[in-house]
Amino acid sequence: MGSTASNGSKPRPLGRAQRKWRWPPPRVTAGHTPLLLGASRSTLARYGFCYLMLAFPALLFIVFRIVPIAETLRLSVLNWDLISATKPFVGLDNFRALLQDPNFLLALSNTTTFAAVTVTASVLLALLVALPLARRVRWEGLYQLFYFLPFVAPTVPEAVAWKWICDTRNGLLNYLLSLVGVGPVPWLIEPRATLWAVMIMSVWKTLGYNMVLFIVGLRAIPAEYTEAGLIDGAAGWRLFRHITLPLLMPTVLLITVISTISAYNVFTQVYVLASDIQGSPAGLARVLIYDIFENAFRFYRMGYASAEATIFFVIVLCLTLAQFRVLRSQTE
Amino acid sequence: MTARLRPLLLHTFLATWAIVMIFPFVWMLSTSVKPAAEILQFPPRLLPYAPTLANYARAFTAAPFARFFVNSLVVTLVSTVIVVVTSTMAGYIFGKYRFPGDSAIFLILLATAILPLETYMVPLYLTMRNWRWINTYQGLLAPYLMMSFGVFIMRQYFRSAFPDEMMDAARIDGASEWRIFASVAVPTAASAMAAVAIFGAIQAWTAFIWPLIMASAQEMYTTEVGLAVFQKRYTADYGAITAGAIVSILPMIALFLFFRRYITEGIAFTGFR
Repeated sequence: MGSTASNGSKPRPLGRAQRKWRWPPPRVTAGHTPLLLGASRSTLARYGFCYLMLAFPALLFIVFRIVPIAETLRLSVLNWDLISATKPFVGLDNFRALLQDPNFLLALSNTTTFAAVTVTASVLLALLVALPLARRVRWEGLYQLFYFLPFVAPTVPEAVAWKWICDTRNGLLNYLLSLVGVGPVPWLIEPRATLWAVMIMSVWKTLGYNMVLFIVGLRAIPAEYTEAGLIDGAAGWRLFRHITLPLLMPTVLLITVISTISAYNVFTQVYVLASDIQGSPAGLARVLIYDIFENAFRFYRMGYASAEATIFFVIVLCLTLAQFRVLRSQTE
Repeated sequence: MTARLRPLLLHTFLATWAIVMIFPFVWMLSTSVKPAAEILQFPPRLLPYAPTLANYARAFTAAPFARFFVNSLVVTLVSTVIVVVTSTMAGYIFGKYRFPGDSAIFLILLATAILPLETYMVPLYLTMRNWRWINTYQGLLAPYLMMSFGVFIMRQYFRSAFPDEMMDAARIDGASEWRIFASVAVPTAASAMAAVAIFGAIQAWTAFIWPLIMASAQEMYTTEVGLAVFQKRYTADYGAITAGAIVSILPMIALFLFFRRYITEGIAFTGFR
């Protein structure tokens, strides 16, 4: 008893030991009473306790998450402007209209470009800094701190800082570019350049997060493999290309999928950086979430916005299924 | 010779990156203490000639940043407390008990984390509107009272680090299930609960799109929303805006510096996003 008590009162740091989680999670099997059938009074009382404890959290999940998710699907086949008393059923009309809506198509293509560019750049750069940091170089903690800071800090103030850096007339970025004879680039004036400014900022923001995951992945590679490679005379690029990278591939895939999901979710930095002169907050770089936001809360097209959210929902779901496939192949 | 050169090159590379990464923060800090004339000075200078706190004073008088800050603080504190309570209760049950429907319920709660708030914000907003929760604290808090990731952390903790023997011993002593939870299990879980609290706090403080649609009245803005609105309204006053940005960023940086291990390990643990 004494040993287990000390084990319980001094929990291990999170992570390390429990990191290998399986999906679906393995069941606890040791010494459990059979469910329901033939359950004694005390087991029934215990079930009651379980449901009672779960009631409050489950209620919050149902009311503020599960019901709204179902409602999104229901609203997507209705036509509703928030004011009128009727909500006529329109079948798939909202979806058909969306496929011809230039704003939606522009948002879809912008978001896809954004995801492709930021994920590629952020994953490559994160790997580049994670490789030396995983080997525990000196001042490793300090470097990690600096690289990770943009990820934890809130996005709005960061975007405010970047807006000032990207200012076409007085910004630091154009000043630095002018030193090498480039520019001035109309960063937050011209749509393409604006999308680039948003992408540069987003790579800066997400790099540290990917770095942390890469460091974990790299440290999980058993030392024997790299040692064997060194003995065989592989070093530097060849060691990385033929030994480290193949072993790291599951991590690379996983990080790519996670990053792609969150890239499709981009909104805040676009809202702050890409406002056009007509006052549309993301007019210069329309992205999916902004388009949903505008349809719902500016034009009050609730059904239409829900149809758009449903499409977003399907994109996220597909990416998540890809993520689970990666996780499964990793554990097998 | 190369043996001595390599670490030098490596650290030059890493340090250059580190400077690039923190530069926007440094630049923001420097802009926030520059007088107006120096902000627009070209070519730009890193350090101001005559540092001033006037920008901060303006951010708190011309714009009600104090009010925004208090709103963010209220939302973050309440959200964090409730997230820790709900995650601990649910995580404990899922980690330590078996009952009809246990894994189905757990999977459903966890699966909802896949979908970001943005997919269901429209119906949730409509519910808040029906309940007249627009422009209220409870409205700002609604989606931030539970966290699937928190339930998962607590379940993993109780399952792997809290032994069944402790529960059995307490049962033999005649303790009720509730007592076992409240006075045996919870006191051992402080560090896991702290991890959940930190993620809850980050989630609530950095929330943007939800407070943006929930707070139409200025006195209900959080710092994030206030900053986003005011940076558009006062594009000319960059000093005051960056001062506001510094104020909104500081609590998160402080949290990060104090609890860095929890945050990076928590992320490494599940790929939290």
